[in-house]
Amino acid sequence: MSRASTDVAIVGGGLIGAWTAFFLARRGQKVTLIEKGVVGAQSSGVNFGNLRLQGRFPGQYPLSLRSQELWEDFEALIGEDCEFEQTGHLYLAYDEDERTKLESYAQVSESYGLSIERVGLTDLRRRWPWLGERAIAATYSARDATANPRLATPAVARAAARQGADIRENTRVTAVENAGSGFILTLADGDLLSCGALVNCAGAWALEIAERFGETAPLFPAGPPQFVTEPFPYRIGPSVQAIDGSVIFRQIPRGNIILAGYPRTAADPQANRAPVPPVKTLAAMKALARVAPMLAQCHVIRVWSGIEAYLPDMIPVIGPSETTPGLFHAFGFCGHGFQIGPGVGLCLSEMIVDGATQTPLGPFSIGRFRSGPTVSDKFRKEFD
Amino acid sequence: MTEVVIVGAGPAGIAAAELLLAKGLKPTLIDEGARPGGQGYRRPADDLALDMNRLMGSEAKKYASLHRRFDALVAHIDYRPGTLVWAIDGNTLHLLREGRAETIAFDKLLIASGAMDRVAPLPGWALPGVFTLGGAQVALKDQGCLIGNRVAFLGSSPLLSLAAKQYRDMGAEIAVLADTTPLMAKAAALPALLAAPRTLFRGLWYMGALLRAGTRLLHGVAPIAIEGTNRVEALVLRDSQGCERRFACDAIALGYGLKPETQLADLAGAQFAYDADFRLFLPVIDGMGRARPGLYLAGDGARIGGADAAEASGLLAAHAILADLGQMQDVASTRNLARRVQRLRQFQRGLASAFAWPKAQIASLPDTVTLCRCENVSVGEVRAAMARELGPTEVNRVKAMTRCGMGRCQGRVCGPALQEIVAAGAGNDGAAAGRLRGQAPVKPIALAAAGDPA
Amino acid sequence: MEPSKALFRRVAVRNGAAATFSFDGTAIRATIGDSVLAALLQDGALVRRLEFGGEPRAGFCLMGACQDCWVWSAAGGRIRACTTPVSDGMVLFAEPQLPAAAHD
Repeated sequence: MSRASTDVAIVGGGLIGAWTAFFLARRGQKVTLIEKGVVGAQSSGVNFGNLRLQGRFPGQYPLSLRSQELWEDFEALIGEDCEFEQTGHLYLAYDEDERTKLESYAQVSESYGLSIERVGLTDLRRRWPWLGERAIAATYSARDATANPRLATPAVARAAARQGADIRENTRVTAVENAGSGFILTLADGDLLSCGALVNCAGAWALEIAERFGETAPLFPAGPPQFVTEPFPYRIGPSVQAIDGSVIFRQIPRGNIILAGYPRTAADPQANRAPVPPVKTLAAMKALARVAPMLAQCHVIRVWSGIEAYLPDMIPVIGPSETTPGLFHAFGFCGHGFQIGPGVGLCLSEMIVDGATQTPLGPFSIGRFRSGPTVSDKFRKEFD
Repeated sequence: MTEVVIVGAGPAGIAAAELLLAKGLKPTLIDEGARPGGQGYRRPADDLALDMNRLMGSEAKKYASLHRRFDALVAHIDYRPGTLVWAIDGNTLHLLREGRAETIAFDKLLIASGAMDRVAPLPGWALPGVFTLGGAQVALKDQGCLIGNRVAFLGSSPLLSLAAKQYRDMGAEIAVLADTTPLMAKAAALPALLAAPRTLFRGLWYMGALLRAGTRLLHGVAPIAIEGTNRVEALVLRDSQGCERRFACDAIALGYGLKPETQLADLAGAQFAYDADFRLFLPVIDGMGRARPGLYLAGDGARIGGADAAEASGLLAAHAILADLGQMQDVASTRNLARRVQRLRQFQRGLASAFAWPKAQIASLPDTVTLCRCENVSVGEVRAAMARELGPTEVNRVKAMTRCGMGRCQGRVCGPALQEIVAAGAGNDGAAAGRLRGQAPVKPIALAAAGDPA
Repeated sequence: MEPSKALFRRVAVRNGAAATFSFDGTAIRATIGDSVLAALLQDGALVRRLEFGGEPRAGFCLMGACQDCWVWSAAGGRIRACTTPVSDGMVLFAEPQLPAAAHD
């Protein structure tokens, strides 16, 4: 048993934890990141890889845009490639109601400075001739991008380590206690770690820590059914999403088409399993063949899902604890955490080092659940 | 009536279906192949002028008998050839037949999914003209074709001499039969091989026949490369004396024994354990073939044992199903069957050391060698990913970082070699390197299989 | 022996109707009952080209496991050459035949 101390302990080696460690270490903080498995293995590593800007929760735009700058600068910041591609994102409407919804999304996006193109039927067919007959209109956001989630988190964690962060994989936290103005963590091997600040970004496992300090959130695990096809000639530039949520897909330059679909599927964080029911795979296959008929004979070669943490209002918890000074939460990203990951890490590092961040994070307070959870439309759409 | 579904119409599946039918059940027999018999006993097309008695040699009688029994059976069971099981969800099998997805529910599931060749990569192994040893036999039995005119047989397997003899008899020139295991290692494994003297004798006889015919037979070779531009031109190797030798040839059959096709067992919820003799993860089964309640595994898909063991283990699994359905089974006869299966599989364990999987040769492959044929990932890319800080030490993580094993075949071909590269890179044994987890679809399926998108 | 451009050599006659199909624009004669792969390799040494680099491939396991012999049909269909029998008039390609990428 050994006893060590650090300025900040981060529990959870996902994308959020890795970026937080990176920015804190860059600010000269002594950081220890503790991960029960290996970094980026859960939702950070198995998600769809979308860096979508259009159509986000309005209150999230300042954070999202800040985050996108970091993604755009990934190679310079991190020193590795994560297959970042500024592919653009195409939002499809199938009827007039959906077109109206697209328009309202577009106006929100534009009010935050994002540039959104309205694409009518004729241009839609001309610019993306592989599109099926069903879409009647679309909005296109050129700044939206994609990256490879399997590569991103390990790369950020390595960069954090180069800045001096201690990355401890295969290490479980068995107990957390307040100690003076800080905390003491007991690790599975019996080691004790004392720290001044504690970041809880443990994803689907985050309540284990929050509830020790008398606060909670209606968090539950789930995962999106996803699949990938064999390589196919590279034709589909942007990532494409039907606004009814039936399908979201992208093609990587190697040729594979990656698809995520709704409704999401059950996941078991204890058994560490998130099996994809074949009926959901079939439904997603059908939906993809409808949007892009040229893919009808293209083969699906692998399906997967992962364990993501969801909240019924479909926005995450980000910010300081309301019970315990020095404790910060960032969890429950509801399948939309990949894009904002770097921004969240940056904001957390500012809150810890500077005492505050300029990015507004009010809507993400953990305290919002005290008056009972609100259920968003998105939630109703994405679950069955 | 209880729905018993058998997947795989090789010797194991056919024997099981026969017993279940005799005991009053009407099993469903699903087979990916168009014709019954599995890979080893595959029935050739009626229109092919092939003398199966000559080709199958001492196995001809068994082969003919299996197909006679199948013919007597087929009208009384629900036989579904040309049908892929692509996913398993609870008690539902998801099938693909004639390009369309469909399902079938089961109460008891017997998976007899057979085996495929286990392959050790070497420079040039993705060139046209290089086939698996099993593939070389399929070309002959299924298509009446030789894979080339002048064929080299490389690997370590008793089937090398069998296939080489078949090829020679059918008019091929044998460039060389090169076995990577030294002769001494084979001699040392003799006691284990005596568990099945008939099979041992057969193997020696084939080898003798080849020697008498003047075939070059080398033991203890180290493969160097397959040479050629756009197709195989030569096999280069180092012989047991350390001399580099080049054998001109236009085709190569690669065989390092077989490995069970376990993807379906994985999706059906079987547990796996590492087997240090075979250096493979194998599904965990009891003495009757039970993997978990309602799931039974038999044949080479459970444990490599050959056709005789497959048939006996198929019968045994059928007895287990009947017993689990409350039918009394004759204790003495099931015990004898279990002993027979045990003995035949023990023999294969002996073979696994007599014809060793060349783990050291794989671990020392040059960086430039293709490891994953599907995704074009080299040995060096895997090593480089592992050597980084926070680098992976387990095969699934290596796959996530490098795409090795992520392609169309889902690691069927590169999996065993990847395991050795990872074990060597991480300095651990094969068990710690882990196994590639099975994921649906078991084989590629077109989007259109889901139905008309309208 | 004469060097042959074909990989496979037929040693057992197949009694069946003749079939002709096309592969990359070349007419190939086969017998009904032949697998696409066996028919292709009795004529040449190529079944498909690897998507990453274009290396030639000609199948490997011949039993539907390695997935290294998928060819393209003119209609956009995918055909696993080792497990698909030839039919008269098939139009096949080693590489996909799609219209060129549109600009955007």
